[in-house]
Amino acid sequence: MSTVEPTPTATQRLGEQIRYWLPAVVVFGLGLAAWEWLLPDVLGVEEFLLPRFSDVVQALVEERDELLRGAWITFKEAFGGFVLGSGVAIAAALVLARWRPFGNALMPYMIAANAIPIIAFAPITNAWFGLLSPWSKVTIAAVLCFFPVLVNTLRGLTSVDPESVELMRSYAASERDVFRRVRIPSSLPYVFSALKVASVLAMIGAVVGDYFGGSLEALGIVVLSAVNLSRYSTSWAAILVASIMGIAFYGAVALVERYALRWHPSVQRRT
Amino acid sequence: MSVSTSVVSINGLSKVFGKGGVTALQGIDLEVERGEFVSLIGPSGCGKSTLLRIVGDIIAPTEGEVAVNGKPARKARLDRDYGIVFQAPVLYDWRTVAKNIALPLEMLGWNRAKRAARVRDMVELVELGGFEKHHPWQLSGGMQQRVSIARALSFSPALLLMDEPFGALDEMTRERLNLELLRIWAETGSTVIFVTHSISEAVFLSTRVVVMSPRPGRVASIVPVDLPQPRTAATREQPRFFELVTRVRESLHAVGADEVEETLATEDELA
Ligand SMILES: Nc1ncnc2c1ncn2[C@@H]1O[C@H](COP(=O)(O)OP(=O)(O)OP(=O)(O)O)[C@@H](O)[C@H]1O
Ligand SMILES: [Mg+2]
Repeated sequence: MSTVEPTPTATQRLGEQIRYWLPAVVVFGLGLAAWEWLLPDVLGVEEFLLPRFSDVVQALVEERDELLRGAWITFKEAFGGFVLGSGVAIAAALVLARWRPFGNALMPYMIAANAIPIIAFAPITNAWFGLLSPWSKVTIAAVLCFFPVLVNTLRGLTSVDPESVELMRSYAASERDVFRRVRIPSSLPYVFSALKVASVLAMIGAVVGDYFGGSLEALGIVVLSAVNLSRYSTSWAAILVASIMGIAFYGAVALVERYALRWHPSVQRRT
Repeated sequence: MSVSTSVVSINGLSKVFGKGGVTALQGIDLEVERGEFVSLIGPSGCGKSTLLRIVGDIIAPTEGEVAVNGKPARKARLDRDYGIVFQAPVLYDWRTVAKNIALPLEMLGWNRAKRAARVRDMVELVELGGFEKHHPWQLSGGMQQRVSIARALSFSPALLLMDEPFGALDEMTRERLNLELLRIWAETGSTVIFVTHSISEAVFLSTRVVVMSPRPGRVASIVPVDLPQPRTAATREQPRFFELVTRVRESLHAVGADEVEETLATEDELA
């Protein structure tokens, strides 16, 4: 959108990029250095509390098959729960926004349900689906995603500027048109901020769910059993994998958001 | 009365906001004939926007009736009998300028080619060439209002309801769009109800000026404008124009709107 500004040259742009990213890269490097040397050598942090970074990387390389298999299992659980929970939540929000009295009646319960520590149900879901079933973890992840997505989507669909709906009415627009052309597009910023939260919650739900049962190869089990065997580097490697997966998942949702909201001021002003 | 040519027929209209709250309008009777250009003028808060919204079936009156083209306002809305320009531009951020203008055409089921051609004409009319692909928040307030005007004119409605459409524009653009609006009005034979704060604009554009009194809003007086058609830049220099401006100003003073209109009055004297 720079019709007036002169376009910067490639080198100028590169310089800008470097200046933008340099502080973050420096902090990252210092963090790793502190992990590698400062904590164990200067502060004397024991291995079972936090192994050296290089040991964790070594475990990461050596145990990569086990870790990747676990990561894939846990990711499938998280992703399944994310899609299921968010999908049902968005559908429910559309129904509740369309029939407002119904939505208004349910809203207080939704908000209350949102505050329930759903993780507490993890052992129970094993009883529902069987100890080895992935569905108990998918369910936990889905339920974790459901409420924030529902509440935010509903808020997005209903907090539309009244005049923009009135204008549609003046064109004799049907309720369906109002949804399609006004309510849904203007709710997208709310929906995506909820989906980003949901992606994180789904990962948490799946990993914590792993601790209570399901496949013996899942990532949560890798963390658990490595700790039990005092293979701390391996459990930290698994935690690192879970973290990277969580960040990647969040990043993927954020990318879809940027595409879906490419009209939005917050997206366009960044470029 | 049943054979009247009234496009808008308002009978005993009152509007009270909230239970026992503000009486915005009281006992309004007004007939607007086919092909008329009627301006509503009055101090801020006297109910001009409210009256326009009731005629457009956006809000319901507390008492009284509005008929548009001989049918209840609701039926007229569902028949898409009128185009409306709100006091605020009411544009959709996710639509580009071109798509905002095309919205009513989409609702009318025009095909893509027909829409594109009309949008091109409209963009030219409001001098927004080169901004078709911009989003509303990338435009100035006056440009946004021009998009909103183009959108209302795009489907050549038989009745135009305009709420201070030129309020946010500079004097030059305003005078040019005044002439354009008159040209479209004459060419299409449409009927216009136009809210303004500018006495000279009201006199220049209208066939009748309706002066409203402050709370509760009533029709204080009606000034017929017998300036010859078509109006041109020279119209503003005719002695009759100044006489009519003075008459409207005096009517406004009579309803106790001095404080509000004094600034406009001096502006008119300078013109
Ligand atoms: N939705 C509403 N709820 C309650 N009161 C309202 C509402 N809309 C308007 N009013 C009241 O009705 C009166 C008339 O408002 P309106 O917007 O019609 O005035 P106006 O003549 O258009 O003023 P302005 O020239 O400033 O635009 C005001 O006193 C306002 O407070
Ligand atoms: Mg108003």
